[in-house]
Parts: sequence; structure tokens; C-alpha cells
Amino acid sequence: MNNFKVLMNGIVKENPTFVLLLGMCPTLGTTSSAINGMGMGLATMFVLICSNVVISLIKNLIPDMVRIPSFIVVIASFVTLLQMIMQAYVPALYATLGLFIPLIVVNCILLGRAEAFAAKNGPVPSFFDGLGMGLGFTIALTILGAVREFLGTGKIFNIAIMPEDYGMLVFVLAPGAFIALGYLIAIVNKLKKA
Amino acid sequence: MEYILIFITAIFVNNVVLSQFLGICPFLGVSKKVETACGMGAAVAFVLTIATIVTYLIQKYVLDQFGIAYLQTIAFILVIAALVQMVEIILKKVSPALYQALGVFLPLITTNCCILGVAILVIQKEYDLLTGVVYAFSTALGFALALIVFAGIREQLSLVNIPKGMRGMSIALVTAGLLAMAFMGFSGVDKGLATLFGLN
Repeated sequence: MNNFKVLMNGIVKENPTFVLLLGMCPTLGTTSSAINGMGMGLATMFVLICSNVVISLIKNLIPDMVRIPSFIVVIASFVTLLQMIMQAYVPALYATLGLFIPLIVVNCILLGRAEAFAAKNGPVPSFFDGLGMGLGFTIALTILGAVREFLGTGKIFNIAIMPEDYGMLVFVLAPGAFIALGYLIAIVNKLKKA
Repeated sequence: MEYILIFITAIFVNNVVLSQFLGICPFLGVSKKVETACGMGAAVAFVLTIATIVTYLIQKYVLDQFGIAYLQTIAFILVIAALVQMVEIILKKVSPALYQALGVFLPLITTNCCILGVAILVIQKEYDLLTGVVYAFSTALGFALALIVFAGIREQLSLVNIPKGMRGMSIALVTAGLLAMAFMGFSGVDKGLATLFGLN
């Protein structure tokens, strides 16, 4: 039950993108389509779960003074691992996401969860925290990607919904990312009050 | 000529924040006042240029030399974190005035993804050291320009009556979108300049 609460906390109440507003660079940079957003979300989730579990296991071995650098090394190791796995099995997605895969290292969500949750809790709750936060991030990125893809090209997940000549290209380009996310956050704010 | 082209492209055409989405956190976080925006811009310019030189040398003389290029991410982030700490300590000792101005922003820079991003991009684009430095410095100028312009707009925004749900980050993001649209007006300038200089 408790673990379930931790899980839901990351998805809804403390959603990293819509509520905490963390990790904005990949959120804006990789959501030109729903599938890209989802890929980025899942990649981040993988690193988040692994780093959360490992950090909660070794938290008693690390002296307090070198805490942050050690966390960064753990996170960077898993990112390197992820880079190799993605290059081997999903090279196309790896090429699209490009620079944003190594940049998972500096995603505030990872260090933030390591510091705020994994350093204080056991491996099992940390796993669920990583899973919840990762899912929250993935869902947010997929929604943003779907909105941008739909407004920009009239498709969602590459399935045509509107006729072909429909589409506001600006939503696939840089400005559309900012504007779409701005309005999504406004909608979430409105829903939270209701 | 090539350097001028890189300079203008990095500042206006491929602006690091508004078209490459690097360094969004400080862009949204420290853009409430023009004064702090200037401080952050200067701190980023300073660290980004030094970090690019150091990471370039590490890549060329350590990682490539020993065939361990796959350790790039780990090596770069540690070097940048250590470098930021070192810059902080040196500045404190050598120039207290500069430290006063930039001090608060330095710890924040470690997790600024534009530092690591640019360091990796310089390697990916296979620039030589001097080109890399020009690229890094102009990217930082582009960051500072976007940040300061954005802070100026947000200062004005705080005076108007905004619908409740849109307040805070929401309206800031929409504003950033409009700013990005304005910067899109520069697209194509780089190709024009390349033709003008006879580079392509």
C-alpha cells in the first residue's frame, strides 16, 4: 500500500514535468512527436530506477561530503550503459534523441530524487519512487509530444487523424514546444484547483 | 571569416536556448530580474569557455589516446563539476569583486546542461581547439542575450494582470515561445553569410 502511494505520488501529485517543472531541456527538446517523447521518457525512467536503487543501497558507504559527486558518478555510469544499449538495439531512436541522451546526466530529476528520496529510503521504496517519477515524466512527455504532433502535422503516433494538408508547422519547431507546454501547464493548474 | 560565421550562427540562428533547448532551467529560473540575468550570463560565458578548452584537451589527450571514448559522459561531467569548484575557489582568492558578482551562480552551473552539451557538441562536430573556443564563447553570448531579453520581458510581465491559471511558469513559457518565434526570423542568415564569404 505504502509503495503504491509512493508510485502514484510521482505520477500525479508531484509530476516532475507539470508540477515540479524539473528537467525542462529534454521535455522541450525531444517532444517533436509522441513517439520521440515516449522514447526519451522511457530512457530517463531506466536511468532513474537504476540510479535510485543503487544509491539507496550504497548510501551508508558514502561519506556525506562527497555525496553529490558520488551520485553523479552512479548516474553517469548508467547513462553510459544506456547509450551503449540504445546504440546497439534502437539506433534510429538514438540518432533522433541525439545529444539529449548523454544530457540525462544533468537532468535535475535524477539528482533531485537521489538527494530527496533514495538517500533517505531503502531500495524497495526507492525503486517505486523511480518508477513513479519515471512514469510521470514519460506520460507528460508523451502527452506533450502527442499535442505537438497533432497540432503540427495532424497525426498522433504517426497515425493520420486529420487530412494531409492540415498542420501548423510551428508546433513541430522550437517555438511550438514552449507554447504547447505553457498552455498544458495552465490546464494542469486549472484542474488542480477544481 | 569562418569564425565570424560560427559566431553569428551560434548567437542568432542556432540560439542555444531558443532553438537547441539547452540551459532551459537557468533560462526559466533566473530570469525574473535583468540584473541577475546579466550575472548568470557572464558566469556561463566564463565557465563555458574554460570548460570547453579543458574537455577538448581531455578528449584528445586522454580519452582518444587510451581508446576509452565511451567514458566521455562520465569524464566530462566530473571534469566540469571539479572545474566549477576550482573556478569558485580561485575567483574567491584572486578577484573578490568578480566573486561577489558571479558567486551565487557558479554552483548552479554544474547542472546547466548547456555546458556539458556544448562540450559534447564541439567533439561531435570535430572542431579544432580554436574553432571550439569561438563556438563555445559565441554560444554563451547567445545564451546571455536570450536570458537578458527574456528577463526584460518578464519584468514588464510582472506589472500586468494575467489570468490566474496562466500565472508564473505558464505565461513565462508562452513568452519564451514568442521570443523563439522572433529568433526564427534569423533562419537562413547563416546560409546567406556563407555565400557572401564564399565558404560553400
